[in-house]
Amino acid sequence: MVVCIVSVIVAEDLTKQFGELVAVDSVSFAVEEGEVFGFLGPNGAGKTTTMKMIQCVSPKTAGKLTVFGMEVSTHQREIKKLLGVAPQENNLDPDFTVHENLMVYSRYFDIPRAKAERMVAELLDFIQLSHKKDTVIEQLSGGMKRRLILARALINSPRMLILDEPTIGLDPQARHLIWDKIKSLQSQGITIVLTTHYLEEAAQLCNRLVIMDYGKILVQGKPDEVIREYIGTDIVEAENDPEVIACLERNTTSYDVIGNRVQVYTNNPQEMIYSLLKECELGQITARSATLEDVFLKLTGRKLRE
Amino acid sequence: MISYFAVPKLSSRVWKVWLRNRDVFMKTYKVNFLPPFLEPLLYLFALGFGLGRYIDVIEGISYVKFIAPALIAISIMNSAFFECTFGSYVRMYYQKTFDAIIATPLSIEEVITGELLWGATRSLIYATIMLPVLAAFGLIDLPLSLLIIPFSFIAGFLFATIGMCFTAITPNINSLNYPTFLFITPMFLFSGTFFPLSLLPEPIQYFALATLPLTHLVMITRALTLATLSGFLVLSFAWIVLVSLVLFVLAVNLMKRRLIV
Ligand SMILES: Nc1ncnc2c1ncn2[C@@H]1O[C@H](COP(=O)(O)OP(=O)(O)OP(=O)(O)O)[C@@H](O)[C@H]1O
Ligand SMILES: [Mg+2]
Repeated sequence: MVVCIVSVIVAEDLTKQFGELVAVDSVSFAVEEGEVFGFLGPNGAGKTTTMKMIQCVSPKTAGKLTVFGMEVSTHQREIKKLLGVAPQENNLDPDFTVHENLMVYSRYFDIPRAKAERMVAELLDFIQLSHKKDTVIEQLSGGMKRRLILARALINSPRMLILDEPTIGLDPQARHLIWDKIKSLQSQGITIVLTTHYLEEAAQLCNRLVIMDYGKILVQGKPDEVIREYIGTDIVEAENDPEVIACLERNTTSYDVIGNRVQVYTNNPQEMIYSLLKECELGQITARSATLEDVFLKLTGRKLRE
Repeated sequence: MISYFAVPKLSSRVWKVWLRNRDVFMKTYKVNFLPPFLEPLLYLFALGFGLGRYIDVIEGISYVKFIAPALIAISIMNSAFFECTFGSYVRMYYQKTFDAIIATPLSIEEVITGELLWGATRSLIYATIMLPVLAAFGLIDLPLSLLIIPFSFIAGFLFATIGMCFTAITPNINSLNYPTFLFITPMFLFSGTFFPLSLLPEPIQYFALATLPLTHLVMITRALTLATLSGFLVLSFAWIVLVSLVLFVLAVNLMKRRLIV
């Protein structure tokens, strides 16, 4: 069987400057048709800026960027027709109700009225907001607004969805609902590009992801591969104690000190625990699977971004 | 750098923005249709029938007849100007409506043009509502005054573009009060609205004709309601069309510079 992999987004040395500030610094990546592709990174890393260039609403400063094989600076209209966008900041129309928001938006895509009515009913059902059909936006909860934004992004039956922090500020139930929706959309063949600060979400949803910081891509790959490459499969944690440190130094084991904990990265936790217990005087020791969060903190540091 | 006078590329999609604003307007039409009914009545009673009793004739006509066309011109000015300053600013900045629309196949040029056309439409709606009120008092010539209906759209477009230029450069919503006080209010008073332009010193008359758009509006609406057409009006009309076209292109480019970063 021949598997044909088509890249729907190709970025090469893509750069965006705001005056002196380099928000996106010569990044290269390719998103393949049908996958869920994640952008992770601390606040101000350049995720939203990258999304806006893909959406053709913010012009790139340098580099190459094509979406569905079309250059973003010359084929804005054609590209935008094929995209569904859920922005980070809510921009639902407060002058309209839930139903009207979707109807008015459908008009921008030249969807005939009768078809739009059908789509809107379907979408409201999909995001479980049919009962709020005639509510004005102001009276929706944050989670309902987020769901409505997702529905609005789907009104033109897009080939690709750009979701900038789709689950920001949602309770666990609403987040799981959105995750289910994203998975079901992917199974319909829609390519999904998303950004998120929830690393568990990224690990669950993304086929591939990148971690950005200061406008640069630090890593890219499949979540489990990224974890294995940068951390190993597991983490053994012990108390931060001068004796423990001295012992680790003697054994030339690679470790990190985080507050009052020492983390040792390993692919073989049992052996590691065994040898640590044997060689060092350890009070308490725990082992757990390495997560994307460990990679994230290792690569981007623990300092808060201004 | 985006040039300030690049000709905007437009499609019929501009009407989708217009339709959006119309839909919002129609949702609250009862509130929206009231001011154009009441405003001319207030002015007519206060100035026309009140103050006007001390004025026998002005340029050969009664004072109410003199100010009636000016009231229409002022309404044309206000409705488009305020729609495209405070109204557009709220949609752009607070509601992020423009951001939402440009994520669809519409371009920012089309969004701004749709807003301007809507501003002009508001002028048309308001002028159209005022006509029967003024006609009921027998203050305007019919059917000639009906020409005010198409004219109000063109003149409204001019004030929409003026407003949009200010919206594009204002640092915040409060600063929009400056053009209101420094431009709209003086114009309201000194454009041949409540007393003839000819009472002003000659250099100021020329200054008003060159820089205060309302003077041209008042001359045209007055000529129509009093049925006193003259060749000079063609110049006023040309002035309005020319200035709107230039400011239209400028407004779109200024907005593009502000919003496309
Ligand atoms: N319109 C703008 N003008 C100037 N600087 C901007 C603009 N938009 C973003 N920036 C800057 O670009 C950088 C990247 O911002 P961006 O919004 O892409 O970050 P992000 O990764 O989405 O962050 P967050 O997780 O907080 O949403 C930041 O330093 C930000 O201050
Ligand atoms: Mg962001």
